Parts: sequence; structure tokens; C-alpha cells
Amino acid sequence: MGKKTTNSLDFTSGWAYAPAPEDTKHIQLKKQYDLFIDGKFVKPTKGKYFETVNPANEEVIASVAEADENDVNKAVKAARNAYQKVWGKMPGAERGKYIYRIARLMQERARELAVIESMDGGKPIRESRDIDIPLAANHFFYYAGWADKLNYAFPNRKPKALGVAGQIIPWNFPLLMAAWKIAPALACGNTVVLKPAETTPLTALKLAEIIQESGLPEGVVNIITGAGKTGATLVNHPDINKIAFTGSTDVGKIIQKAIAGTSKKSTLELGGKAANIVFDDAPIDQAVEGIINGIFFNQGHVCCAGSRLFIQENVADMVIQKLKDRMETLIVGNPLDKNTDIGAINSKAQLNTINNYLKIGKDEGAELYQSSCSIPKKGYFCRPTLFLNTSQSHRIVQEEIFGPVLTIQTFRTVEEVIEKANNIPYGLSAGVWTDKGSKIFNLTTKLRAGVVWANTYNKFDPTSPFGGYKESGFGREGGLHGLSAYLEF
Amino acid sequence: MARVKVLKTYKIYIGGAFPRTESGRYYPLYNNNKDLIANICLSSRKDFRNAVVAARAAFGGWSSRAAFNRSQIMYRMGEMLETRKQQFIEELLMQGANAKSAEQEFNNAVDRLIYYAGWCDKYQQIFGTINPVASSHFNFSVPEPTGVVSIMADENSSLIGLIDAIAPVIAGGNTCVVLASESKPLCAVTFAEVINSSDVPGGVINILTGKKDELHSYFSNHMDVNAVVYYGNNTTMIKSIQENATNNVKRVFIYNQKRENPEEFQNPFYILDTQEIKTTWHPIENIGVGGAKY
Repeated sequence: MGKKTTNSLDFTSGWAYAPAPEDTKHIQLKKQYDLFIDGKFVKPTKGKYFETVNPANEEVIASVAEADENDVNKAVKAARNAYQKVWGKMPGAERGKYIYRIARLMQERARELAVIESMDGGKPIRESRDIDIPLAANHFFYYAGWADKLNYAFPNRKPKALGVAGQIIPWNFPLLMAAWKIAPALACGNTVVLKPAETTPLTALKLAEIIQESGLPEGVVNIITGAGKTGATLVNHPDINKIAFTGSTDVGKIIQKAIAGTSKKSTLELGGKAANIVFDDAPIDQAVEGIINGIFFNQGHVCCAGSRLFIQENVADMVIQKLKDRMETLIVGNPLDKNTDIGAINSKAQLNTINNYLKIGKDEGAELYQSSCSIPKKGYFCRPTLFLNTSQSHRIVQEEIFGPVLTIQTFRTVEEVIEKANNIPYGLSAGVWTDKGSKIFNLTTKLRAGVVWANTYNKFDPTSPFGGYKESGFGREGGLHGLSAYLEF
Repeated sequence: MARVKVLKTYKIYIGGAFPRTESGRYYPLYNNNKDLIANICLSSRKDFRNAVVAARAAFGGWSSRAAFNRSQIMYRMGEMLETRKQQFIEELLMQGANAKSAEQEFNNAVDRLIYYAGWCDKYQQIFGTINPVASSHFNFSVPEPTGVVSIMADENSSLIGLIDAIAPVIAGGNTCVVLASESKPLCAVTFAEVINSSDVPGGVINILTGKKDELHSYFSNHMDVNAVVYYGNNTTMIKSIQENATNNVKRVFIYNQKRENPEEFQNPFYILDTQEIKTTWHPIENIGVGGAKY
């Protein structure tokens, strides 16, 4: 594709940024974290711990307890007890006030949470500071207000809490996902056992400290750390009423199967492979920004990432050139540096997965392009990557890579791009770029996806429902629709 | 000499046509006196797959039709059903109902269709939201149909159970493949004739007869089915349906409520079950001062 440049940008001189590291002295981290059960931090029954590593420098940050069956039992028992004796009986208005308190304490400790989030997960401090942490606090704030207003959300019905919710969250937005899970569950009168991802447990454990500080009745929220086995034990626990899971489609299917034949309810937020569609009448420079944000936000560790770019053929060369130019300006490196655009890949395992897909893409005959930026020698990093000359049948087009890797296809007609965009098992999100309103609504109604961003991408808000069609899962988180995941009628 | 009556062949309904089952198999249906009423098609996996192809083909048109038009078509179904009152009541009687219960069931069935016809262009206003996001975006959520829905209708009812199973699903713009009650299949086949004369596009509703034991795994396994609905309380079958559904993350709905209250299955939340919520974002240009002042 096009060799000509649209701009003659000078990347070689005058572009060096002085380091702007975020201060880490103020954060309070312990060497070792226990399980948060029944309002107290308790040692795991078997005394086993695992280490959580800073993916940007491969240094151990802390060791974290591994919950086994006994610990899961204890946590579920505490949650059941709290549900029956305290939380299930508490008037909504009072529940709401506790949730407001949690929101406020998160806001007060926002900077500390942001720094820890970036250290533990590798995301740029700009994102954790400006997006993850404020959104997480806002989520608690939003749902706090629902606690005493549930009857208005469901006309002619009498909503009731489900009981104990088992919640399993991923490593890409650790604290935000904890908030998405815990806030609506509590507002609806449920109690919670939450398991954070094993590579990013720290902010959830800091949230446990905040919950302790808030005076929330003991056992209403229990946070137990561990890996897949701990999660499976939680899913299979007989005294759980609801499973809420965010993660891969493969694991989601295992969970859906595990609870078949039981009375457990479930919501699943699974994988995605979103189409981001650019028409020739789009505001091209804004679209380029949207493409960059769509795929490189959070290193591409985003289930709704715009990982399949479709460009209308007559503007493809120009858009690709602009995209390459813009990619050259992206700074990959220390997540705690305020200039960093792309931080560290979350774990060694994920870096291996991404690198494997880069190989698959090349083997399939796609053309790989990476920006020429330097990456740190230590830590897990991946250059922003494009694949050109891809087709629908390529694995890199069909499968979720969960990294900073964008596949590019072109199209000529609206019918063609709708067909291509929908021809995939996933249906979580999509993007459309055009200045024509009628075309936007044609696309947004025909794209089979739960969230459609028109002339924007990767926007989130507590009032806005999020969740997938098809194999991207079912149920919604956020907004009024997010309430029904934690209620029965 | 008495006139020889012309008997009706009970067939299945796929893509707007009335084929016999490709299996060539049947099961005899008897009344309470052990007299043969009819030979009923034993639908096969292939019949089901054909029906899914028809339902998928019909989905784009049905789901994008004006909600008002879907409403009119469903109302027309109610009208057509009403005109065949005698026929349905005879069939209900043949399948063991008494005169009073048959009339009641028929009346409820017509009323239920009219009820859901009315919801076609209204539930979006109940379940859709405008979301007041904190950033400068216009953001709204609307329900959209899940897609192709496979349904195993209530075993204990010939007509009202069938209507309850179909009406909320198609009112919401889905297309469906329905397995009729095995022991009371007559009204389902006759209802297909109502559908066929009500401007319902072929493929929107497909009706099979046969054995749940044989067919439930296909209803729940098929990769081009988006949701599976089961009426009943066979726990082994429910578990198997729920397990099979995981292969493409189907939405599963198990309804085992009793029909003591005739209005049990009459509310728009049944429509919502086979809907997906879609949220759309668009930036709002925010140039200039404040809001509109007048």
C-alpha cells in the first residue's frame, strides 16, 4: 500500500520528552496481602501465597494469598451470613449511604489507587489516573443512588435481591471491573465474594481496605485472591446465587456449562473483536485518533478494542499513511511516566500470546507494520502493530488477540462492510466514522454489537449499559439495565 | 349413505410451506377413547436445520420491519385465529379438553395475541433509555431482537402454551422454530395455517412436531440459534439444554410457571428476555457558552 506520505513529519529532532515520572513515594503497599473475609484480613488456610509482578520491570511488588476451597467456603459463608442478618434487611437508603462512602473514599485515595494500578498492571498512569480510577469511583456513586429507587426501574414488578454473588474479574481494568461488579450488586441488596485476576490483585485489596474503612458491615464484600482454580471453586460453590464473570469467551463457556442445571443466575462479559469502520466522508483526522484510541488504549487489552479496522477503499492509502504517521508519535515505555501512551503488556504469558499471533499473522501472509519506537529492555512490551493485506478468514482477523495489534481490511459498499463486520462470533462493540447522520444510524442499527461508538471510540460511563451480543456474552453492566443482573422479580 | 369425511393431514411448517417431515416417520395420536385422531410428523434433525435456515433468512427482514407493521401483522393473526374458533375448539376437545376449558383456552389465545400485537411498537419505549453520561456525548440504549430463537413449547397445552411461546418472541422482532406439544400437537399445525394467512413472512415462525427427547439437543446445540426457550420442568432435559447452549453462548430461558393464573405469561418482560440492549454513543459539539437560555 501507499508509499507517499501525506505529511512530511519530522520525528527525529525536537521530539524528545523529558521523563515525567509519577511520584510513588506516597503509596502504601504491604509486602504481603491476606484474604479479605468477613471484614478482616485473614491468612489463607494452607498458608500459600503467590507473587504479583510489575510487568514494566519484572520486579515483585507483593505476595498475595492463594485462596483454596476452605477459604472460598469461609468467604461464601460470611457473605451468606451478612446477607441474611444485615444487608438483605437493610433499607435501600441506608445501603446507598454505605456505597456513597466507598465512592468518596476512592475519590480521596484516587492518586494512590492510580499509581498502584499502573504498577501492578502496566497501564499508563495517564489512563489509570484519568479513566480507570475516576470511573470506578463514579460507578459506586451512580449505583449508590439506585439502592432506594429500584421500584422505579421496573414498572409493575417487585424487585428482590438474589443473595450471594460470586464475581470473577479480569486483569485489564482491575479496579474498574471490581467497581462494575460490586457497586450494582450492593445497591440491589446482594452480598459479594469477588475474585480479582491473579496478575492484578492489588487495587482490589486496596479497595478491601477502603471497604473496611467505610464501615460497611462485615461480610457484605469479601475479596479472595487466587488463580483459575480459586475461581472455579467459587463458580461451583453450592451456596452462590449468581455468577458474574468478565473474561475470555472460552472461560465464559466453561462457567456457563459448570452452572448448567443449577439455579445460579449468570451474566457474562466475554471477548470481542470489534469492527471500527471508516467511510470516505469521515472526518479523517478525528477518525485516525479514534483508530489509535480504539486499538492502543490500555495496550489493546480491551475486550471492546477496535481491533478490526475497515477503511473505505478510496481513502485507504491516505488513512493508513496517517495512521502510520500517528503511530510514530506514540511513546511506549514506563507506565508511571506521564508522557507514556502505551505501557507494559500485562504479563509474560500475554506477551507470548501476542507474539504468537504476530507470527501467525505473518505466516498467514499478512503484512506486518510496527512503529519504530524503542522499547525498554526489561519488562514486557510490544510495539504498536498493524497488519495489512488481511482477509476475513485470517486467524488474526477472527480471533481476539488482546494486544496492540490492528488488522486492516478495505471495503467498497455499505452492504459489504456490514456483512464483514457482523460475520464473526463476537458482538461486543463497533465503531463507525462518517459525517453523514443517516449513514451512522443505518450502521448503528445493523451492526450486531452491544455498544456502538459513532465518531468516537472506547468511551465508558456508569450510566451507560455495556455488554455483548452473540459469543461476547449476555447481560449488561452499567446504567439502569445493569440493575437487572442482580435482581429477581 | 353418509358422506365420507375428508381427513386432514397434519404436516409441519417451515419457511412458509407445509412439507411432510423429511424423516418419513410419524407417531399416531389417540384421543381419550384410544381412537386414532391423526398421524403426526416425527420431525428430524434435518427438519430442524431446514427450519433454522428459514428462520435466519427471515430474520433480517422481520427485525428491520417497522414495529408498527409487525404489530399489524400480529393483530391480523389474532383476527384469523378468531375466525377459526370452531376448528380450534374441536381440536381442543379431541385432545381431552372439556367444552368450557376449550372455549376459555381459545379466547385467552386470541386475547394474548392481541395483547402482544399491541406491544410491538411500545416495549422499546419502556425498556429503552437515554443515558446522561458525564462526557460530551449523546448516549442511548435500545432493545434489539436476539436473533433466531428455538422454542420447546409447553407440553400440557395445545394452543395457549404455543401462543405464549411464540408471541413475545416475534413481537420483539426475532424469528423462531417451535416444537409443539408432543401429546397435544393439533392446534400447533392448525395455527400454522393461521400464520400462513396473516401476512407473516415465511420463516418468521416455523413449527415442528415430534419428540422433545429426540429433538431437544438439536434445539440447544445448533450454532446458528441465538437463544433457546424451554417450557417445562424436566430437570435432566433442562441441564442438557443449558450445557449444549454454551457452545455459542446461547441465551437460555426456562419457564416452568404454573398456568393457574391465566395472565401469568402476559407481560412485556417476556419480550425483553429475547432482546439485546444496544447502546449508541455520539459526540456532542460543545462550542459556545452555556445552554440554551430561553
